[in-house]
Amino acid sequence: MSDIIKKPEPGRVARAWDSDISYSFRKSPLAIVAAGVSLLIILAAIFAPWIAPHDPFNPATLNLMDGFTPPMEPNQFTGNTYWLGTDNQGRDVFSTILYGARISLFVGFMAVAFAMVLGITLGLIAGYRGGWVDSLLMRVADVQLTFPSILLALLIFGVARGFIPPAYREAMAIWVLIVAIGLSEWVQYARVVRGATMVEKSKEYVQAARVIGAHPAKILIRHILPNVMGPVLVIATIGLALAIIAEATLSFLGVGVPSTQPSLGTLIRIGQGFLFSGEWWILLFPSLTLLALALSVNLLGDWLRDALNPRLR
Amino acid sequence: MKPPILSVRDLVVEFPTRRGTLRALDHVSFDIAEGEVLGMVGESGAGKSLTGAAIIGLLEPPGRVASGEIWLRGERIDNLPREKMRRIRGRRIGMVFQDPLTSLNPLYTVAEQLIETIRTHMDVSDKEARKRAVALLDRVGIPAAARRIDDYPHHFSGGMRQRVVIALALCAEPELVIADEPTTALDVSVQAQIIDVLKEICAERGASVMLITHDMGVIAETADRVAVLYAGRLAEIGPVRDVIQAAEHPYTAGLMGSIPTLTQTAERLTQIPGSMPRLNAIPQGCAFNPRCTKAFDRCFRDQPDLIPRADGRQVACWLYETAKSEVSNG
Amino acid sequence: MADVLLSVEGLTRRFDVSKPWLNRVIEREGKQFLTATEDVGFEIKRGETFALVGESGSGKSTIAKMIVGLLEPSAGVIKFDGQEMDFASGAAMRTLRRRFQMIFQDPFASLNPRWRVEDIIAEPIHTFGLLRGAEVSNEVGRLLDLVGLSAADGTKFPHEFSGGQRQRIAIARALSSKPEFIVCDEPTSALDVSVQAQILNLMRDLQDEFGLTYLLISHDLSVVRHMANRIGVLYLGRLVEVAESKRLFTDPQHPYTRMLLDAVPDLALSGRRRMPVTGEIPNPINPPSGCTFHPRCPKVMDICRREVPRITTTATGTAECHLLTTEDAT
Repeated sequence: MSDIIKKPEPGRVARAWDSDISYSFRKSPLAIVAAGVSLLIILAAIFAPWIAPHDPFNPATLNLMDGFTPPMEPNQFTGNTYWLGTDNQGRDVFSTILYGARISLFVGFMAVAFAMVLGITLGLIAGYRGGWVDSLLMRVADVQLTFPSILLALLIFGVARGFIPPAYREAMAIWVLIVAIGLSEWVQYARVVRGATMVEKSKEYVQAARVIGAHPAKILIRHILPNVMGPVLVIATIGLALAIIAEATLSFLGVGVPSTQPSLGTLIRIGQGFLFSGEWWILLFPSLTLLALALSVNLLGDWLRDALNPRLR
Repeated sequence: MKPPILSVRDLVVEFPTRRGTLRALDHVSFDIAEGEVLGMVGESGAGKSLTGAAIIGLLEPPGRVASGEIWLRGERIDNLPREKMRRIRGRRIGMVFQDPLTSLNPLYTVAEQLIETIRTHMDVSDKEARKRAVALLDRVGIPAAARRIDDYPHHFSGGMRQRVVIALALCAEPELVIADEPTTALDVSVQAQIIDVLKEICAERGASVMLITHDMGVIAETADRVAVLYAGRLAEIGPVRDVIQAAEHPYTAGLMGSIPTLTQTAERLTQIPGSMPRLNAIPQGCAFNPRCTKAFDRCFRDQPDLIPRADGRQVACWLYETAKSEVSNG
Repeated sequence: MADVLLSVEGLTRRFDVSKPWLNRVIEREGKQFLTATEDVGFEIKRGETFALVGESGSGKSTIAKMIVGLLEPSAGVIKFDGQEMDFASGAAMRTLRRRFQMIFQDPFASLNPRWRVEDIIAEPIHTFGLLRGAEVSNEVGRLLDLVGLSAADGTKFPHEFSGGQRQRIAIARALSSKPEFIVCDEPTSALDVSVQAQILNLMRDLQDEFGLTYLLISHDLSVVRHMANRIGVLYLGRLVEVAESKRLFTDPQHPYTRMLLDAVPDLALSGRRRMPVTGEIPNPINPPSGCTFHPRCPKVMDICRREVPRITTTATGTAECHLLTTEDAT
């Protein structure tokens, strides 16, 4: 019963490097560039406190006279030079972009995480239990899908405003934002997971677990969940791009993060007001950053979806 | 002796992958005589379905015929342009697939599918085509054929559907019918009926049959000659009775011993140790050498040729090269 | 006389296959039920292999699932070692569940593709809390050895193994809780013939070594003849005959059993005379009246169309057939 000719078994790293996914990645210049750009922005955002030349959130360090300085030109009043110029309140645009990207990414990741947890949980339950539980959850999901997501987020925001006393509003703003965006996105995770769960449920390895009397929760989490995660990752990557844009939109509309902690969206809103009066840099650089971030994450998600396609099995 | 309907010479089918080229069929050669039923038997991965697909020109890319020749009644067909091959397919070579559920289009009635096929390949009127279709359905054993011809495939049971598929394969009166696992998806009691129908109707029309299956029992009942494939190579080919009752290739012998029957009395089934090698790990020399109890040094060096034996049998095994080698090592 | 390990009485299962409520109201149709099994009863003695044989629609898989608790019976009693199995109660069932296990048909779907082999095999051990820590991996290694793999295979994933090897892993998993009784649902149907021989031999060896009792579900009469001590033949959800293995083949009592035996291809090429098989399995939602086999039975009588036959004792076991209850049997 022994295997005949035994070549030395390759180690785990070698097998991972040689796997179909990493091969597909190495062969796709688009994926490599997209990954590179997103990684660059993410790292810059994480290390913002160390990289940024100024702290744009500390009002004490701001000097209104520094305002409206063009990029790379010394300010006519203070003589300070800023790489990408300053905005109307004297904040260094470069630093604000770094800190702003930080907020955008934080909100984006947290919103996706929230949507994932909620969507996966509900999808697993609906798919496994079937019957009226399934019908109920899916009808709720259907109703929610009839609302445009931004409108839904605005609605949640408004409701939250009614509940939270004014003193806490600023501190809670980010969390309300995360919940709002997350709640508007969970449905797609739930649907995908529900469909995949229904497929896996009838497979014999699940039946084998039921025969030995394993608890349904254990079956869901340890058996079924790992097998339905594939498409979820793809949705999550593209969802991240959508969440970032959603946050930017909400901040642009003025209901997102407070203006003392501007995110990329806030900057765009501010910059938009000054575009035609000549201070173009306040709008351009944050917009380019947002574009680069959202696009690269989106492209990465596209590549991931193709790479995980069952044709490669 | 009439010339064979089908002649395959040194057929090589390859699959280029990023890890190198896999050779799925390695210099396979055989003939099918007129009116004969040739069984093509082998385990999964041996390449029997690929042989059928290569002959009828339906190899899935990136698989391709790398070298070799396929002759249909004296005409070469492996290097034809697509359009010409399309005309041969259906008209001169018919195919019966394994799963009757998916080989019939669920959106068209049986009449529409039969008539379309008949009129594609033969120059007849609609009425005439319909007459032939009904007669054919009747011949394959569909009761009340004239009425049922207008039903959709899902109105038929599994066995009935497979009869329709057989009718579809034969409606253009082909010279060769390739049947790829025609009974595997059917119940045992229906299998026997389908095999009988296939054999009778092909004999009636003088069509030869290439019957691809993993089920030796079906071969025993139906085929005149049988070809045994192993890891993409032909191990043994010869008259059915000879190969089954007195197999010469060690693989065939092991295979026959491992099949439980209704009459054998052995307590344990013969088992061949190990398993068929994957296409990217075929050993040097004879592909069977790691599992063969009778292997000797030549088996590990050279791939065996098909050695002719008595009664038209051929065996690809060095044991039979000359009388000398039988003496040197048993 | 060996004692009875599993007994089944009056086992019935009906599925509601009605259209949704709204459709039924609009189309004015009643509820539709599919009777998968009806009034099935048999006993399995400790240490023996009892086989249930039947074609599609016979209900054999349904019976297997009811016995292990994957499906709830509509009626009937299942007793394991004298204790009635009540799958609704948690704690009482836990101790019983340790004593039986199941092996499934599809070796590709019966192992979780994301789990390592050692975790798959150890799952019953952990679920029943049988061992801890290092003892678990020792036991897993021992089991892998037992089924013909190596302990080092534990860290691999199922997709790195062939079908036959995966079935060995499934057997190792089934053995890890040291059960007395194993339900095997078509364990070799998806495997090649030579691999099937290895697995069947392995199952026999394990049965001898550990005194296991098997319920073997299969559609393949030859496999069943090789493995089983007693065989039950199912047709459309009813147990039409039960007999001792060898005698079922030499002296079948029920016409369906005879038809099934005739339909098995004759590998021995004995040229035995075969009765042509007639008809196909009817739709289980609308089964024929009386004895469900009567439309296909070559010896049908008037009473067969009206009444369901009762169980009678025969020379070889039991059978349900009006021919046996009239004055002179067969």
